[in-house]
Amino acid sequence: MSVLKGKLHSIETMGLVDGPGIRTVFFFQGCPLRCQYCHNPDSQSFSGLAEITAEEIVATALRYKSYYDATGGGVTFSGGEPLMQSAFILEALKALKEKGIATCIDTSGYGQMTYYEEIFKYTDHILLDIKHTRNDVHQTLTGLDMGGIKNFLHALEGFSGTVTIRHVMVPGLSDDQKVMDEILQMIAPIQKNVDKIDILPYHKAGTEKYSQLNIPYQLETVPAMNQDLAAVFEKEINEKLQALKKSALSKTA
Amino acid sequence: MKKDFIKGTWNEAIDVRDFIQKNYKPYEGDDSFLVGMSKKTETIWDKAKSLIEEEIEKGIIDIETKVFSAIDAFDPGYISKEDEVIVGFQTDAPLKRIMNPYGGFRMLENSLEAYGYTISDEMADDFQAYRKTHNAGVFDAYTTDMKTARTVGLMTGLPDAYGRGRIIGDYRRISLYGTDYLIAEKKKDLKALESKVANEYYIRLREEISMQIAALKEITAMAKSYGDDISKPAKDAREAVQFFYYGYLAAVKENNGAAMSLGRNTAFLDIYIERDIEAGLLTEETAQELIDQLVIKLRMVRHLRTPDYNVLFAGDPTWVTESIGGIGEDGRSLVTKTAYRFLHTLTNLDPAPEPNMTVLWSEALPTNFKRYCSKMSIETGAIQYENDDLMRPIYGDDYGIACCVSPMRIGKDMQFFGARSNLAKALLYAINEGQDEFKRNKDGSLIKVIRDIPKLPEAGAAGEVLKYEEVLPRFEKVMAELAELYVNTMNTIHYMHDKYAYEKGQMALHDSEVHRIMAFGVAGLSIVADSLSAIKYAKVTPVRDEAGIAIDFNIEGEFPMFGNDDDRVDTLASDAVKFFMAELKKHETYRDSQQTLSVLTITSNVVYGKKTGATPDGRAKGEAFAPGANPMHGRDKMGALASLNSVAKIPFEDVCQDGISNTFSIVPTALGRAENDRLVNLSGLLDGYFAKGAFHLNVNVLSRALLVDAMENPAKYPTLTIRVSGYAVHFNRLTREQKEEVIMRTFHERV
Repeated sequence: MSVLKGKLHSIETMGLVDGPGIRTVFFFQGCPLRCQYCHNPDSQSFSGLAEITAEEIVATALRYKSYYDATGGGVTFSGGEPLMQSAFILEALKALKEKGIATCIDTSGYGQMTYYEEIFKYTDHILLDIKHTRNDVHQTLTGLDMGGIKNFLHALEGFSGTVTIRHVMVPGLSDDQKVMDEILQMIAPIQKNVDKIDILPYHKAGTEKYSQLNIPYQLETVPAMNQDLAAVFEKEINEKLQALKKSALSKTA
Repeated sequence: MKKDFIKGTWNEAIDVRDFIQKNYKPYEGDDSFLVGMSKKTETIWDKAKSLIEEEIEKGIIDIETKVFSAIDAFDPGYISKEDEVIVGFQTDAPLKRIMNPYGGFRMLENSLEAYGYTISDEMADDFQAYRKTHNAGVFDAYTTDMKTARTVGLMTGLPDAYGRGRIIGDYRRISLYGTDYLIAEKKKDLKALESKVANEYYIRLREEISMQIAALKEITAMAKSYGDDISKPAKDAREAVQFFYYGYLAAVKENNGAAMSLGRNTAFLDIYIERDIEAGLLTEETAQELIDQLVIKLRMVRHLRTPDYNVLFAGDPTWVTESIGGIGEDGRSLVTKTAYRFLHTLTNLDPAPEPNMTVLWSEALPTNFKRYCSKMSIETGAIQYENDDLMRPIYGDDYGIACCVSPMRIGKDMQFFGARSNLAKALLYAINEGQDEFKRNKDGSLIKVIRDIPKLPEAGAAGEVLKYEEVLPRFEKVMAELAELYVNTMNTIHYMHDKYAYEKGQMALHDSEVHRIMAFGVAGLSIVADSLSAIKYAKVTPVRDEAGIAIDFNIEGEFPMFGNDDDRVDTLASDAVKFFMAELKKHETYRDSQQTLSVLTITSNVVYGKKTGATPDGRAKGEAFAPGANPMHGRDKMGALASLNSVAKIPFEDVCQDGISNTFSIVPTALGRAENDRLVNLSGLLDGYFAKGAFHLNVNVLSRALLVDAMENPAKYPTLTIRVSGYAVHFNRLTREQKEEVIMRTFHERV
């Protein structure tokens, strides 16, 4: 029995938008970023009461195995930033893989770098949130510069699983073609592993959490992103991605 | 040239299953072959739709007040004769309701009065002078204890004043054999009984078979009034659909049971349809036309009810439940093109609550069909799913669902419907010495419903804390007493129903020797589990009034709640139903029927809540129960699958074998970002849930905001159909209170 414990925020047993198929999502407590639109500000702080062991994670996951088997689903570690609890995450991933359960990490790429390589060995799928492509905007939007995401993308070149890129599109911040192209440039070194890019339109639901927590909500005056427009951006960026993958493939061939 | 059917044992005796197995063609393809409705159907549906809308507005279209219910008592009725491919209404006009006095005369008078209709004094006087009703019989034989338990709402919804329903005639027999053959077979059965001793069993059986023969003649005459000769087998697809429908129509002319279900017919009808298509006699459009028109007729079945009834079962439901799909005992899928055609009526004719579309789900169903069902659930919200892999080993592959969740072998089993008892109230009786916490006698004194429940040792003392090891044995004692009372009550009801309101038309379409099921039920199971859990794991202090009744509870500390896949509390729910069922099985049942149990409330969970005091789980006095086996609103904290897993643990076989109802609502976007993801996820969710041994799931894919808008602006949503416990309903037909309860329910959404 291991002594390592993870700091847990909550568990969602029906994750249908958190990686392939039906997934049990473990939300870990604590995140180095302070994204202005964060939907789970209560998961940002690193001080939390609930703890969980790798054995408990496996035991919980096994209760949902029939749903994974039916859909190609599995477990997703999200947060907070799961990669800030890397020693524990690594142990939990190993334990899950031992039971044949598919694994996925939902990350912003801001974690403990020394563990990346080892963690990737036990991860099937990564959901990578790219906050922005420009350092100054990134700094304002999240509180940190792009150093972290660049390191992570570099490390990802050694990852053999699948990556889904996600980007929250905020009106006035990233709803333009140039940012879309910059995202494609950023992920160029790992694009062969990227299955798709999700453009998530910024929405206002969940902002009441901020008033409950007494945190000022910075994006108060920003309107919700038009969903149809975001869908157009999403379609275009994915078409470009597929074209780039195709041409890269034909070059190597 | 039409090909001949493959012969088998079905040619030697009545065996519809054998006919299906020898002749049906499984379909593994997708829905791309389906077509829209025909011109004729469109004309009829337009007329029907405006009539239905008018009815929702006015409450009722018309009542036939000159004739009492009977199979062949009404002139033929049409809505647009030249366009009707499938004909037949209950009376001589669409949506005109029947007076059925046999369940109870006062019920009939109240219904007439509620809608401003009258019956002639002569008819009323004659009927009451010469004919006793089921209701009168029951009340002649009810004991004081039975009446008390009924008055306080410990047992409710009992079929003691209206038709019991939940009987499915094997309507297919008319199409396959014609009534001449069916009559001849019944006569053979009767003849065989002549050598038997004239005891109560055989006297009754002989009388019943004679009545069944008479009914078959009446059905034949009724069909003849529409111009069809059903004495011989159906020759083509139109006749197959039409003859089968005459059988059902006879049932709803003669009876007004709460649930008048249809059976399992799509594979059967498909055999005739595909044969005609192969012979060039039918096109896809005319095939769909038959099914569309059948479904229009089924949507127009009505029964005359009192407004009180509507409070219990809202929205004028008739539970024309059709069981679709499933897997055969030989492993072949029973999904045919007509299974698709039947579900496709939800597209052609708009979503609607009836017929109650019930998909018998198996892991082994064709993937294309699973996807199609998921798509239809997302688009229409009108489908319920039940676990074929759980039922097939018990009931074989020719069973159907009656009402919401009650399985029975078609033509071989019948059910004595028993509504339900309020287990949350039973738990309060354990704390209150068997006295009702809500209702008092007229002089203000307490009503003792269950005797000899010992007082809790600390009851009334300062700082009284409920102890699990003291409450549980008292609760079990209440359940044991209730079980005995409940069985005796059911015996009384069904004895009288057989005597005064025997369903001769439906029973004519059963084997002469049927297997009988006595279906009991419970409500408030999640409240019982949470209350026992609170008592066991937290500190629960009752607040007692001056009479010593616990009217409220203070809870300190946390306790596991049903709906979080936590065995500590989930076993409390399972233990309660296991105990109750074991007690029910200890008592002798009428006609040796087999005891089963359901966890189902329909919409009565609101009324149950109203009549039940505060409970130790923190539920306030009067607050609605969760529907069926659902966890209480907002107590499932781990997401939907944990909630589904908790419900999946309630045992089906030998315990809750009359079904376990679970209703699930999800916001469309939470199902997945892309359409394909949503289809994969929903069918995977059903696969995963049923693989856990779960029994039933109602699936609603809609948002809370939409329901709130529909409550405020009903005209914007004329066809909005939602699934409640075990059936679907037009949202607009719910009462304000029921709408609010539905909106309050846990919706699975993520931001």
